[in-house]
Amino acid sequence: MSDAESTPGAAFTPGVAPSEEAARARAKDMPFDLIDASDAAAKDRETASATERALARGAVLKRKRGGIKPRRVGLYAFLVTITFIWMMPLLVAVYEALRTNGDVIQNGIFSLPHGLTLDNFITAWGSTTPDFPQAYANTLIVTIPSVIIVLLIGSMVAYAVSKYSWRANLLVLMIFTAGNLLPQQAIILPMYRLFSTHLLPWPFTDNGGTLLYNQYIGLIFIHVLFQLGFVVFVLSNYMKTLGTEIIESALVDGAGVVRIWASIVMPLCKPAVAAMATLEFTFIYNDFFWALTLMSTQDKRPITAALNTIQGQYYTNYNLLAAAALLAAVPTVLVFLALQRYFVSGLTLGSTKG
Amino acid sequence: MPDKAASAAASVQPGDPGLAGAAVTPSTRLFDRFPFNRMPFIGRQRWHLLTRRDKFVLALMVGIPLVLDIALIWGSIVVDFLWSLTDWHGNGAITGGGVGHQYVGLNNYGQLFTGTYPFFWTAALHNVFWLAFLMFVATPLGILMAVILDGHIKGMAFYRTVFYLPVVLSLALVGIIWQLQYAPDWDRGFINGTLHFFGYQVPLIKDIPFVGKWFRDVSTTDWVGGPLSIIPTVIAATWRHVGYVTILYLAGLKGFDPTLREAAAIDGANSRQTFFKVVFPVMKPINIMIVVITTIEALRAFDLAFITNGGRSPLELLSTLITNNALSESTRIGFGSAIAVILAIVSLVPIVIFLAMTMREEKK
Repeated sequence: MSDAESTPGAAFTPGVAPSEEAARARAKDMPFDLIDASDAAAKDRETASATERALARGAVLKRKRGGIKPRRVGLYAFLVTITFIWMMPLLVAVYEALRTNGDVIQNGIFSLPHGLTLDNFITAWGSTTPDFPQAYANTLIVTIPSVIIVLLIGSMVAYAVSKYSWRANLLVLMIFTAGNLLPQQAIILPMYRLFSTHLLPWPFTDNGGTLLYNQYIGLIFIHVLFQLGFVVFVLSNYMKTLGTEIIESALVDGAGVVRIWASIVMPLCKPAVAAMATLEFTFIYNDFFWALTLMSTQDKRPITAALNTIQGQYYTNYNLLAAAALLAAVPTVLVFLALQRYFVSGLTLGSTKG
Repeated sequence: MPDKAASAAASVQPGDPGLAGAAVTPSTRLFDRFPFNRMPFIGRQRWHLLTRRDKFVLALMVGIPLVLDIALIWGSIVVDFLWSLTDWHGNGAITGGGVGHQYVGLNNYGQLFTGTYPFFWTAALHNVFWLAFLMFVATPLGILMAVILDGHIKGMAFYRTVFYLPVVLSLALVGIIWQLQYAPDWDRGFINGTLHFFGYQVPLIKDIPFVGKWFRDVSTTDWVGGPLSIIPTVIAATWRHVGYVTILYLAGLKGFDPTLREAAAIDGANSRQTFFKVVFPVMKPINIMIVVITTIEALRAFDLAFITNGGRSPLELLSTLITNNALSESTRIGFGSAIAVILAIVSLVPIVIFLAMTMREEKK
């Protein structure tokens, strides 16, 4: 009898021989699900030498695929339960968004729907506070240039810091990285003051002209400034893994540093840049704080900051609130589902190197 | 490490004025003065391949962003500190320059620490609680999920997506999604609706034994209205943080040397022992990284509290106090700056640990 098949059956059959029960109890703590049918095998394992155990493990590893063990069942039960809990908030939001307010008021939230409808989404999209198409446009106006500029500048800094060594490059890297790790709120007071009194930082200002405050360009500026540290950190780590010979030979051939950056280093960094682009898009799209504090008028605020208005606006109609919030989530969710690999590798690059 | 940094700082300082001058007079001597040429380079020969123009371009590439970063981010901390020594209210002073500056020494800090401004200690406590909850509930759960998802799981992609998805959502959005769960009344909040369905009366939270007493001054069943509403709020943060930790830890586990695990198995370790005695210690760099990231996340906590109630009591955090002191009707800039300085100094602890770790690897 093949032991891999026998065990799952035994697990659910009352009246299993106690010795087999014991063998299973011991086996369930084995890392590779060592399951044997006979008592002899279990006893062997207790007294077995390391080599014999390894052999046993090797033998079982082959069978592993087919087996279902009580331990696995417990694992899956836990996994399914916690996954269900984790999905709940989002499912509730979707469910609420699809129901009418009247339905919920009459029947409560925990009830079967009396007709599902997309009306809430349509109403939210057509509302004027916030104006959804405008808020999306604002998001694009701010996010796309920010991502492009921060990647351009960040890759240049990373390239100069990682491919050409001088004594201060570690310090430069530290200044950028640490700057990005500070809480944004720690610098908001001077930033707010700077934005609300200056078009450009000292010494270029004459206190006249247009303020940086409530400008798309101001928001782009602060995003680039703050995200730069992260991009530099990740890209320089990545660039360090690239060989230097190709750069040296290009230098010998008379290529300038900019040329090398553009036609050698950047093409080699495509995976990291793609990951960073995905991640930075999400970060900047999700920004709530800067847009809230440095954009004063509603019609210029990007969608995430507009959530603050949405929250106040639809306080009386949670179905509409759910629909509006989900509308705001759509782009990041799409980006995530399409580019999950890049998103994850971006986060990983930023943390596990080191 | 700090010594090295300090000496490096000393060596870069003379360089910066040189950079500024460079734009005006790109003289032949510029790079003689610039410490580039005197430094021991790893690829020293490569420097001789660079033309003067190349070096100038490189200096600009690093120099301009660096100057902006230092001036605006690190400069802001210095400005914060200077302002924190004043009682500047900044009343209506959006364009006016420094109205009502009064030097008050460390008065603002004194007010904070002695509790004259009662929100400060509450906020600090909230931040500590936030940190503790993320550290001891969310992070272990995230690690557990990573360990589970590292095994051979059917439908792995699905589970992973479920846990990763909250990580892409903005915290503001997370706040709204959880508001849908927490809201008062059975026809609005999902939790109350569920409780109602199963036959509980609606004015319910305060009637729950033990737990309810903390919510007793809440007239409705608003889970985020009571004095302890920081708990439901941090649970919402947990919903997102677990996925974050899972992503990071799973990446570490994928890079884990499988022969170590096999060796442990050969020595008869069970999976729990293998994890705690072999995997976890070997993953030390990632563990520290996650602790650091969690700490920074807890210090940065802002969006959730702000979207729930504007970051006011009972959900005040250090970050929301700063923001509300900076931007509310009665701005107290000197005061807000003092809190900002404290927040920055506290934040520097995990940041320095993070840098020391990553840069030490660099040296190897």
